[in-house]
Amino acid sequence: MIRKHILVALVQDRPGVLNRIASTLRRRNFNIESIAVGHIEQPLLSRMTIVVEGDDANVEQVRKQLDKIIEVIRIADITGESPVAREMAMIKVRATPSTRSEIIQIVDIFRANIVDVSPDSLILVVTGTQDKVDTLIELLRGFGIREMSRTGTIALPRGGAGPLTIEENKPLRHAVEKAPDDEEGLPDW
Amino acid sequence: MIKTGAEILCECLIKEGVEVIFGFPGGVLLPLYDTLPRYPQLRHILVRHEQGAAHAADAYARVTGKIGVCLATSGPGATNLVTGIANAYLDSVPLLAITGQVPSHFIGKDAFQEIDITGITVPITKHNQLVLSTDDLARAVQEAVHVAMTGRPGPVLLDIPRDVFQGRTEYICPDKIDLPGFKPKLFGHPSQVRKATEMINSAERPVIIAGHGVNIARAHPELKELAENAQLPVVTTFLGIGCFPESHVLSYGWLGMHGMGYANKAVHNADLLIAIGMRFDDRATGGVSTFAPQARIVHIDVDAAEIGKNLKVDVPIVGDVKNVLQVLNKQIVKRDHIGWLSQLDGWRAQHPATEVRDHEDILPQYIIRQIYEATKGDTIIVTGVGQAQMWAAQYFFYDKPNSFVSSGGLGTMGFELPGAIGAKVGCPNETVWCIAGDGGFQMTVQELATMVQEDLDINIAVFNNGWLGMVRQWQELIYNKRYFGTKLYNPDFVKIAEAYGMKGVRVSKKIDVRPAIHKAMDHKGPFLIEFVVEPEENVYPFVPPGKTIVEFLEMPSPLGSLQK
Repeated sequence: MIRKHILVALVQDRPGVLNRIASTLRRRNFNIESIAVGHIEQPLLSRMTIVVEGDDANVEQVRKQLDKIIEVIRIADITGESPVAREMAMIKVRATPSTRSEIIQIVDIFRANIVDVSPDSLILVVTGTQDKVDTLIELLRGFGIREMSRTGTIALPRGGAGPLTIEENKPLRHAVEKAPDDEEGLPDW
Repeated sequence: MIKTGAEILCECLIKEGVEVIFGFPGGVLLPLYDTLPRYPQLRHILVRHEQGAAHAADAYARVTGKIGVCLATSGPGATNLVTGIANAYLDSVPLLAITGQVPSHFIGKDAFQEIDITGITVPITKHNQLVLSTDDLARAVQEAVHVAMTGRPGPVLLDIPRDVFQGRTEYICPDKIDLPGFKPKLFGHPSQVRKATEMINSAERPVIIAGHGVNIARAHPELKELAENAQLPVVTTFLGIGCFPESHVLSYGWLGMHGMGYANKAVHNADLLIAIGMRFDDRATGGVSTFAPQARIVHIDVDAAEIGKNLKVDVPIVGDVKNVLQVLNKQIVKRDHIGWLSQLDGWRAQHPATEVRDHEDILPQYIIRQIYEATKGDTIIVTGVGQAQMWAAQYFFYDKPNSFVSSGGLGTMGFELPGAIGAKVGCPNETVWCIAGDGGFQMTVQELATMVQEDLDINIAVFNNGWLGMVRQWQELIYNKRYFGTKLYNPDFVKIAEAYGMKGVRVSKKIDVRPAIHKAMDHKGPFLIEFVVEPEENVYPFVPPGKTIVEFLEMPSPLGSLQK
């Protein structure tokens, strides 16, 4: 089934990591819909959220390829875990005295914020699901969008520990250094 | 102790057990070349082209199981390594490629002989790194060797700017490797291994497909134990050749496009495939949708990303094949499979693929068989790519692990000469035969000079058929004999050998084949034989691309009388 997948990865903060990830996706002919990178609570580590469209098996295949990149510490496909996924957009929209109040009403409905006002335009910031941001943009299009910028999706799985949670005093990745006696704590394969 | 970067590099390589470097100097490498003579434990072999350095290091690694090291300067030196690195990547060979880089303050300014080699090699290395400080060098080398050798092996490239070689720092060897993102799974999941055991114990028509992973993991005794205990027939992949003795009663050749018909039939009709250290390459499977339609598949591989890549498997086991087979062997029950094995023997009788037919002129297959008889199979065969490669794989019988060295994944013509150098340097006490086509030979012919300079006792057989034979064969069989771009006007290969300072003979009569082979082997030092062979001989069996592996074409009749 072809659908949108959200991959989240914990990576070492080193030059070239983004290039390796993009290169692996390009080689398998995935179009990256969005990619967002930022630091996390641990030093020297970053978290990436990659949105790609593809068949489940192909995405799993590319996930395994991405997991082979030395700087990638963990990577998981959280699509099936109904994650909380949000993005942010900044939109500069044309606003005349006659349209301004209408725009402000729309902004209120979408719980967006106006962060800059000039005589003939407004900059507003909205956060939300991709659908919500898309809808707002559609509504504003009639007024004239002069410039806009979107962050791409970031996402966290719901509930307690997620696949990328770093537990205190535990190695970053489950290491199997000697032959396991039992199956406890081991991944499927 | 304070040392220069060049000294640290040498010290680290020695500490990692490196004994040989295949290299070619250049401007930014001068500080290193000024240092190398002080480390005589590191034997430097000067190649004539950097591609040769990479292939030699590649073959060295294949025959010794140690890491192969090649060295090239910045810019064109580095780009010349690319084919060799790609070759090692596709065949999972542990290779350390070291490139010089322009001084760090010039990087990004399109300086003379500057190229972004770490960028270029991202898709063809397991890992690579631009080392920007002398302080980082020891750790970088240690990590590079660890990554190249651990799990599924592969090439790692270190790009080192000139000022990093010249810089001075306290030489501290890191006591442990800290790569949190690199933890290959080396032991199979116990419950998966149990599932595999149950399948093997209950299978009626099981077949082992043993691949290069068995050779890499040196898991030959474990494979033999498994096959013998459960009486499992063994088919190898092309690169798996030698991982199970071909003279063994349970050996049923190798599968694929030019594999033995009986091997393909065995795999096609199996109800269980035990795939060990192989990756279901398209040359092995043929049309993948019709591959082994009745078989359940147990797939053992150290690389999780290989499992389920080309076809669905029933029992995936991620782990080093040696470890997994050791566990498996404890759980397997003895079986006999008499009916299934006699069925396979019937197919073997029906599709003889390794018998040399009687012919007046020199058949390439005849030469391979004569080399087999002259060496009694005790030699390392290094091949190029194409028809000669396939005949060398078919008509020689490999009983020793890692005695067949060939470019499988990338299919690199020109691998043969530098590959033979690497094999001979790695195994100086073994006889080495280089099987070259007239096309591939000319791609890296300059390495004859390396052989002569190092006085390497290598026997070279050049199969001169005046064609780029494999392409000609496809033009004949698939493009209705519209030959284009495949006829070769060849030089005098014997004169070329002589010009490089080595001995050579031309053989154009069948009666002279055997004496020439013995002459080459008796001769100390490199020796070239140019065999003038039947020009339009084809490689059979042949599974046309996209067809199921049992739809192989066999040598058309009349076959002539068969010669054992």
